[in-house]
Amino acid sequence: MEYFVELFFSGLTRGAIYALIALGYTMVYGIIGLINFAHGEIYMIGAFTALIAATVLSLFNLPLPALLFLSLAAAVIWASAYGYTIERVAYRPLRGAPRLSPLISAIGMSIFLQNYVLLAQTPDFIPFPALIPEFAALEPYAGVVGSSDLVILLSTALIMLLLSLFIKFTRTGKAMRATAQDRTMAALVGINVNRIIAATFVVGSALAAVGGLLIASHVGQINCFIGFIAGIKAFTAAVLGGIGSIPGAVLGSLILGLTESFATGYVSSDYEDVFAFSLLVLILIFRPAGLLGKTSTEKV
Amino acid sequence: MTFRSTFLVTALSLALALPACLAAAENIKIGVAGAHSGDLASYGLPTVKAAELVAGDINARGGINGRQLELLIEDDACKPEIATNTATKLISMGVKVVIGHICSGATKAALPIYKEAGVIVISPSATNTELTLSGDYPNFYRTIFSDNVQARTIVDFTINDLAAKKIAILHDKGDYGKGLAEFAKTYVEEDESVELALYEGVTPGAVDYSAVVQKIKRSGADAVIYGGYHPEASKIVTQMRRKKMTIPFVSDDGVKDDTFIKIAGEYAEGVYATGPIDVTANPIGKAAREAHRREYGSEPGAFFDNAYTAALALTNALIKAGGTESEAVARVLRTEDVATPFGALHFDDQGDTTGATLAIYRVVNGRYVPIR
Repeated sequence: MEYFVELFFSGLTRGAIYALIALGYTMVYGIIGLINFAHGEIYMIGAFTALIAATVLSLFNLPLPALLFLSLAAAVIWASAYGYTIERVAYRPLRGAPRLSPLISAIGMSIFLQNYVLLAQTPDFIPFPALIPEFAALEPYAGVVGSSDLVILLSTALIMLLLSLFIKFTRTGKAMRATAQDRTMAALVGINVNRIIAATFVVGSALAAVGGLLIASHVGQINCFIGFIAGIKAFTAAVLGGIGSIPGAVLGSLILGLTESFATGYVSSDYEDVFAFSLLVLILIFRPAGLLGKTSTEKV
Repeated sequence: MTFRSTFLVTALSLALALPACLAAAENIKIGVAGAHSGDLASYGLPTVKAAELVAGDINARGGINGRQLELLIEDDACKPEIATNTATKLISMGVKVVIGHICSGATKAALPIYKEAGVIVISPSATNTELTLSGDYPNFYRTIFSDNVQARTIVDFTINDLAAKKIAILHDKGDYGKGLAEFAKTYVEEDESVELALYEGVTPGAVDYSAVVQKIKRSGADAVIYGGYHPEASKIVTQMRRKKMTIPFVSDDGVKDDTFIKIAGEYAEGVYATGPIDVTANPIGKAAREAHRREYGSEPGAFFDNAYTAALALTNALIKAGGTESEAVARVLRTEDVATPFGALHFDDQGDTTGATLAIYRVVNGRYVPIR
């Protein structure tokens, strides 16, 4: 039983990590139907920004919480700026183009950003400081759930809650939902569609930056390619949960994380990915739109 | 006007004469292939520097029979699918001898192409056993111990020195890590006094390894052997230590890199790893290090000594063979001793070096210290 609980928490942490990235995928898809492949790279840039900010700030002997929040702020602002810029230069000019064009543009952006960071920073793995404090109260349970696991779990829960409230009740959130439903109609009733889409990218990127900092601090190392694998897994999770749906992204991530963890624990980590992707295929056979996705018929 | 036409004629005749001069003393081209970009670049770049130093020395002394050595440096990013292109490209540029590749997987992919073209390949770091023992690649040599020798050393050390009774073996599913882990598994199973607690591959690049760490804990293992490279090793060690698991972690030369210590930080303390023996006391090794510091202003990186040895053995063979004719070069490599940082050595029939090159290290106060 104890082993089950341990695996359960490993799976939850993994799922929460995927969820932090998957939320951005799903938001962008929900609003413009584009799979933003550069999203994983935004996560990576967020982690790098946090690292640089933390390194500079640590010169001033700040206490750890201050260091954490200032680096987080830097990462969020910088990554949001990247998200906005990417949308502006790579996707907006292709707004009216066939669906494949922005997709290729997204893949290009992803490769560009990876190599840009590779050249501007380093190709090596570099250490990431432990920005998440170790809670003394958790010490006896370190074997089951560590401080960083708990912080990641709570942050993901909080972010999902805030995001849902934001989408549901704020003016921008309502405009986002309207744009997602019908872009032309939204524009006709006076919504600045371009600005709303830009806002979606900014919010998605900010979430990715939060994920970047938390995950890098948990793992302890980063390099310019971390966005790729994390992005693929998060994308899988978003599809699993029903791409376009925010609770779906979180649910899909948790299911993916738990499946991987239990597959490793009870079968073999050799087959971790086999189980994860078999599950994806199975779910898509029975629910083609994902667990919480809406099956919509294309209107002609 | 007259001046200009005289000038033109002179220039023209010079231009015509130039290719003739070049043809008279054509450079000897040496390919240097390996991971020069990507996350494993730290394993490949020191080899480029070693080759530059050795070639620079020989060129400064007038080259080989008046022919200068020319290095053609090609990146394979440690990826098999790129390595085949790298090999094809080097061959098309007229290369007859290659120092490289760095990673076993990439080397394995490139070797058939080199073999077809009669190109001699000396790797400073590809440890996959099959490369030499299979006998498939008579054109292949290496200046590093093979995986089975390494696995034997790791297992013996874990059983005898660490007194482990139940051993967990993990690997990264790659050619190198899995190859080594499979040998280790065989050796552990052969030994009646120890038990194989766990044998698993982990997915490289995953964000979290806590599930597999929990599994090690449950298996009751009292030592972990890991076959693979440092990025995954540092994540696994970190998560083990955070979960209060203090059992020894023994790994291979893919982990014996200072980057590992830099990344795993305090959690790296006490980790064991095998690696090439320390040659800083050997006069040739010392001179090579000094040359590196002088030329590049830094300490040499991973596999530098092996690469320096490869470059010395190769250039020695080129000098004695008087050129790049592959049979003559191969004969020198297999029969004549050459003085290297690892002592005088030549290659056996399979392409492995004669003489030991392996030692065990332990991380103590943030540095790898040889313990045997």
